[in-house]
Amino acid sequence: MQVKAPDRTAAAHRAGPEDRPARRPRTTGPLWRSRTLQGIGYAAPTAVYVAVFFVLPLLLVGQMSLSDWPLIAGDQGRNAPENFTDVTDSTLFWPAVRFTLLYTAIVTVVLLGLALLLALLVQESRPGAGFFRTVYFLPGALGLASASLLFWGLYSPTTGPLSRTLEKLGLVDDPVSFLGTPTSALLSTVFLVVWKFAGFYMLILLVGLQRVPHELYEAARMDGASRGQIFRGITLPLLRPSLALSLLLCVTGSLLAFDQFFVLTKGGPDNSTVTVVQLIYREAFQRLNLGTAAALSILVLAALLLLNVLQFRGLHRADES
Amino acid sequence: MGSPTGSHGPVRRLVTTAVALLATAGLLTACGSGEDGKDDGGGGGGSAANANGVDDGSTLTMWTRAATRPQSEALVKAYNDSHKNKVELTVIPTDDYQAKVGAAAGSRDLPDLFASDVVFVPNYTSSGLFADLTDRIDGLPFADKLAQSHIKAGTYEGKKYVVPHTLDLSVLFYNKDLYRKAELDPEKPPTTLAEWDRQARAVDALGGDVNGTFFGGNCGGCGVFTWWPSIWAAGEDVLNKDGTAATLDSPTARKVYDTYRRWVDDDIVAPGARDETGATWTGVFPKGKVGVMPMPSTTLGLMPKDLDLGVAPIPGPDGGKATFVGGDSIGIAATSKKTDQAWNFLAWSVGDKAQVDVVAAHKDVVARTDLASNKYSDADPRLVTINQLVSDGHTPYALKFGQTFNDPNGPWLTLMRDAVFGDGANVKKDNEAVSASLAD
Repeated sequence: MQVKAPDRTAAAHRAGPEDRPARRPRTTGPLWRSRTLQGIGYAAPTAVYVAVFFVLPLLLVGQMSLSDWPLIAGDQGRNAPENFTDVTDSTLFWPAVRFTLLYTAIVTVVLLGLALLLALLVQESRPGAGFFRTVYFLPGALGLASASLLFWGLYSPTTGPLSRTLEKLGLVDDPVSFLGTPTSALLSTVFLVVWKFAGFYMLILLVGLQRVPHELYEAARMDGASRGQIFRGITLPLLRPSLALSLLLCVTGSLLAFDQFFVLTKGGPDNSTVTVVQLIYREAFQRLNLGTAAALSILVLAALLLLNVLQFRGLHRADES
Repeated sequence: MGSPTGSHGPVRRLVTTAVALLATAGLLTACGSGEDGKDDGGGGGGSAANANGVDDGSTLTMWTRAATRPQSEALVKAYNDSHKNKVELTVIPTDDYQAKVGAAAGSRDLPDLFASDVVFVPNYTSSGLFADLTDRIDGLPFADKLAQSHIKAGTYEGKKYVVPHTLDLSVLFYNKDLYRKAELDPEKPPTTLAEWDRQARAVDALGGDVNGTFFGGNCGGCGVFTWWPSIWAAGEDVLNKDGTAATLDSPTARKVYDTYRRWVDDDIVAPGARDETGATWTGVFPKGKVGVMPMPSTTLGLMPKDLDLGVAPIPGPDGGKATFVGGDSIGIAATSKKTDQAWNFLAWSVGDKAQVDVVAAHKDVVARTDLASNKYSDADPRLVTINQLVSDGHTPYALKFGQTFNDPNGPWLTLMRDAVFGDGANVKKDNEAVSASLAD
């Protein structure tokens, strides 16, 4: 998708002058110049926005990552490799990397699997389909932090209704500690994230599904193809761009996970659910050290870039084959 | 840009990808970007001639954390009602307070007045966030009667920067109704850890949804606040004088942890202790199903009217008593341009009228030892118990307090949980990690 968009505009630009070949020789000079100026004018606001809100902060983070920069006192001079080695030497660093990757793997598989299932369920325009589409998508309208807080209340063994309901039903004897062990904390968080985002990814996949021409399905059915064959032979291949986009968003989003763990577990119990971005927050706002926080941000940025370039390449190779 | 043909060239694709991803990753910079600018410290001592500051109708901004909101709001309201100056109070979520102050300090956006959890004060005084108030504080007629543990925490290199704002002491609350049901004497709260243990178990034996005790087991700040007094009560200290090393693996400390661990093992503790991150730990006792547990004194005025509760000092393993004198200290930002007006609020807030008619009237601990007995406390013996504890109180001093003890991913919480939910075998190693963080 992202590759197609610029392609289309490039085609449009090329087509423009060719529509009026007669005018071109007379007005090459001034018009060309005014068009260039126009172009610059249109692009300027975005360019300024990107420069001020993206490039400058990024440069500042770069500078911070090389400096001893306490939150309160400000820049205290160069501290170049130490910021990075301090971060990677931290006892929390490698466990956080491992946990973030594990979480990303679980969430991506479960979330996209479920989203595809939901999309297939509500794909046809049957009576009631609109209702279910809305219901599935509804949690997506909540902010992640608000949703996390909601689940934090639901999960609470002392005040939450979930544990009490299970007790009343006689399914458990003691209050259930949904966030009490490393495994339950991880699974409880995955459950929240899946609940929150399944509808969103369903929507992306639904758009993809509806672009598949009906004739293909009809033809396949006439040829006697089974449901499984149709799914593997038609639906999946034609859904690839939507799946690729979902995968990219899901992996990037999960690697940057913060809100849900910050609200639900604060990295606990026993530091078992500390994500990499939580470490950045901890360096900056618990240890009040912007230098190491920036160094860690740069490392995460580099890792994300690398991972996503690889992902893009992989998807393209699969496309071409 | 790209050639008219082959717009899918690998270079271009890579560039597009990179730009798209940079934009995604741009989210990150929101965390990392901060502000520059330095603080040049101290804002002048002020003249003793103007001991009460200036009340000229100025508007003063003030920050406090949610944990001490009711106390701050009461003081600000009473001040605004009786003065020309107006204080505009902003309450900030407790967990975000340090980050907020740090960021504002960096960009010189601190309010005129800001309160701080007293344990974080050394970090702020040493960074020059507060204006020097030495002469003004010493000029108060009751200067030596102000809660000295707060004054000490706010003294850096011989200069005084803060006055006590709200005092929050850790004390035992015990449920007299449950004590009666368990055939314990409701007028004899525990005086040693062993008695506490016996009484908690007796209440727990009532069964049903009644439990012996409770604590915040996933909350470093709760451990500091409620466990350390038992160590102090034995006459020991937990940190060295400069706050750069800890002795949280001492035999006395281990005795305290062991008691708590046995409570966990024998299920004497109300459910949820293991998960309790501190957000709801004070909400368990008021439900009336817990026998005896340490609580913050500031919650006394918030307890249900029909809950018959007694208050007692936290004992050590073999007796003694101690308390953690927490709460907030308050100072004037070094960057404030209204130092005289801000001092008017501070001087008033520790004066007789505010301390008795506002603080004591709300069943809170007064900031001055000479007012420990007043018309409100005399009507409620529990308040006298608490007020008298101020002199047995400790406020630990460490520059790296927050990142060592309050950080949910810090070394102290690891020690706490190893010692009480684990087998305690790692306490020595964990204490070394605590010391390393303090000396960081």
